[in-house]
Amino acid sequence: MRRIISVLVENEPGALSRIVGLFAQRNYNIETLTVAPTEDETLSRLTVVTDGKPETIEQITKQLNKLIDVVKLVDLTEGSHVERELMLIKVKAHGALRAEIKRTADIFRGQIVDVTSGVYTVQLTGTGEKLDAFIDAVGETSVLEVARSGVTGIARGEKVLSL
Amino acid sequence: MTEGKQVELLSGADMVVRALADEGVEYIYGYPGGALLHVYDAIFRQDKITHVLVRHEQAATHMADGYARSSGKAGVALVTSGPGATNTITGIATAYMDSIPMVVLSGQVPSQFIGTDMFQETDMVGISRPIVKHSFLVKRAEDIPEIIKKAFYIAQTGRPGPVVVDLPKDITDLTKKYPYEYPGKVKIRSYSPPQKGHSGQIRKAVDLLMKARRPIIYAGGGVVMGNGSEELTKLVKQSGAPVTNTLMGLGSYPGTDEQFVGMLGMHGSYAANLAMHHSDLVLAVGVRFDDRVTNSTNKFCPTAKIVHVDIDPASIAKNIPVDVPIVGPVNSVLKEMNDLVAATKASQDQEALGNWWKQVNEWRDGQGSLFPFETAEGVIKPQQVVQALYEATKNDDTYITTDVGQHQMFAAQHYLFDKPNRWITSGGLGTMGFGLPAAMGVKLHNPDAHVACVTGEGSIQMNIQELSTCLQYDLNVKIINLNNQALGMVRQWQTMQYSSRYSHSYMESLPDFKKLVEAYGHVGITVTDVKDLAPAMEEAFSLKDRLVFLDVAVDTNEHVYPMQIKDGSMRDMWLTKTERT
Repeated sequence: MRRIISVLVENEPGALSRIVGLFAQRNYNIETLTVAPTEDETLSRLTVVTDGKPETIEQITKQLNKLIDVVKLVDLTEGSHVERELMLIKVKAHGALRAEIKRTADIFRGQIVDVTSGVYTVQLTGTGEKLDAFIDAVGETSVLEVARSGVTGIARGEKVLSL
Repeated sequence: MTEGKQVELLSGADMVVRALADEGVEYIYGYPGGALLHVYDAIFRQDKITHVLVRHEQAATHMADGYARSSGKAGVALVTSGPGATNTITGIATAYMDSIPMVVLSGQVPSQFIGTDMFQETDMVGISRPIVKHSFLVKRAEDIPEIIKKAFYIAQTGRPGPVVVDLPKDITDLTKKYPYEYPGKVKIRSYSPPQKGHSGQIRKAVDLLMKARRPIIYAGGGVVMGNGSEELTKLVKQSGAPVTNTLMGLGSYPGTDEQFVGMLGMHGSYAANLAMHHSDLVLAVGVRFDDRVTNSTNKFCPTAKIVHVDIDPASIAKNIPVDVPIVGPVNSVLKEMNDLVAATKASQDQEALGNWWKQVNEWRDGQGSLFPFETAEGVIKPQQVVQALYEATKNDDTYITTDVGQHQMFAAQHYLFDKPNRWITSGGLGTMGFGLPAAMGVKLHNPDAHVACVTGEGSIQMNIQELSTCLQYDLNVKIINLNNQALGMVRQWQTMQYSSRYSHSYMESLPDFKKLVEAYGHVGITVTDVKDLAPAMEEAFSLKDRLVFLDVAVDTNEHVYPMQIKDGSMRDMWLTKTERT
């Protein structure tokens, strides 16, 4: 079961290592992990995508809550939510390929953010599946380099994760 | 700072020591070194706190641990950076696994050199991270009082545990002074341990308990550390249910009471394990369904509904699914349950309970005793030693510590604890070398009580250097060495599962323990004949002002029984070398 867990943590040195360490120590999966400060400078927001049996997910949230640096957390996948990931991808773009890549990027609502005579760098946001689909569409042989941010997300509607 | 109050200016080092004193700490256990010299100077210039110099930092943590287990308050260890810090890791992990409050203050290289691989540098916060409840690296001397207050608050509340405070040397600089005030209390926004259980859930639990036809109460270390013994005893009496204890829970219910069916689990009593297996309601209090209790989890208590009371939500449904979870402090939850039980007592089916007790008593009495064993001519059985120890001390206030292995199980089975906090053993981590320093920590705070360490010739050698500390501080503990000249528990498994191939489980060239302890300035007594056992015990405990080491030659081939059979249910046990359920 894939789960997206958003965690508000104290913006303290070492807080991230406690969380990452917990996952390693208890043999939980991390598929992606993103972390950045929030509008409240004392807090960081961390989003982790994990996968496991329902019992494991329950333990993950309980064990995270036990960490003193964790202020609050929510399992976004329990409700309706928006999830996004950012990808920067360098692809070969010469000859006939050049127009083809541009068209594909347009279809995926990507933007070409850097151009050389033989290479396009495309910026794309969406769900992980959409990013995977783009890579498939341009073809693996065209792909030179991929940098993905990992998933971040937020609940739909009026629910907010804050103090 | 309050108006008119004299503001005291203290250096970081002096603040550390003062904060400990203001926290009410009497003794700290430690070992000095370069990164801590400022702090040791501050210790020298005051008289509120007594420092005990151990011979190895691991012992400092076990002393703090022994004190904590006997008092319920956090013990404090003080060690230098690098090897001083790494030597505490086993002790911290021991406390972590058994949820014992402890504060470990470690020295660190000066802040500006952190990360440069300086002499005696180690990343203490990093190394200890998986085995602490929390840790602090102090960045500013002004923060010391608040951090120390927080460390004790975190260590001692909720599910207790060890907390590390890492002190870079520049932070404790004696030449820089700051206003000092020790906070009366602290608030941590992300930490609020539960204060009370859910009333609806508690009602449900009482309802199940009073309607059960075959109830059993399974109580653990959480009852001891959560001050829940009195309420537990009341609940057992009011409900009329049989009660069993985990290894960590011994003493939380009087061991000599008729409703006590002995310890449960891997080496638990036949009666306790069968009663668990056949029960229709398990009321689990302050326990964690450890693998040494449950045996195979999918065969655990097949006909029982399970109520689980614990202060740590993560402990609930971790290993075993639970029907009624109650998150809260055990003493307050048990108190609420007692009030409800008193009101619903009339509805209990006394006939069903009577039949259940008939069955439980058959399991108990059919065996002769809870932990039967056979004596033999010409050898001392280890169980006889524990029984002799019990006879010699049962009328006095006595604390028993142990190391880990067969002797630990024999002590757990045959010493009957009527009070909590008297049984001090490393249950979760299973740390050999724990017993002697733990006993020292207990003795220091309870100089008038008997304190005995039951050990084996393997375990005792893991921290035997502390005999020297004992002499320095008059820590007159009694050491009962069940000397079977083998790593008994390893040997037992090798006998049972590895066709008696005794790979590295026997001890060649053992020291002459009598001479060894005499060299350390103590009294050694060797016992090789069973008839000398009781007199030797008497002598050991009559020498109140001396540490006595009783080296007892016991049967090498004795096994601990019952022993649960791997992959089975709780009722699947070896009862003797040839008999199984």
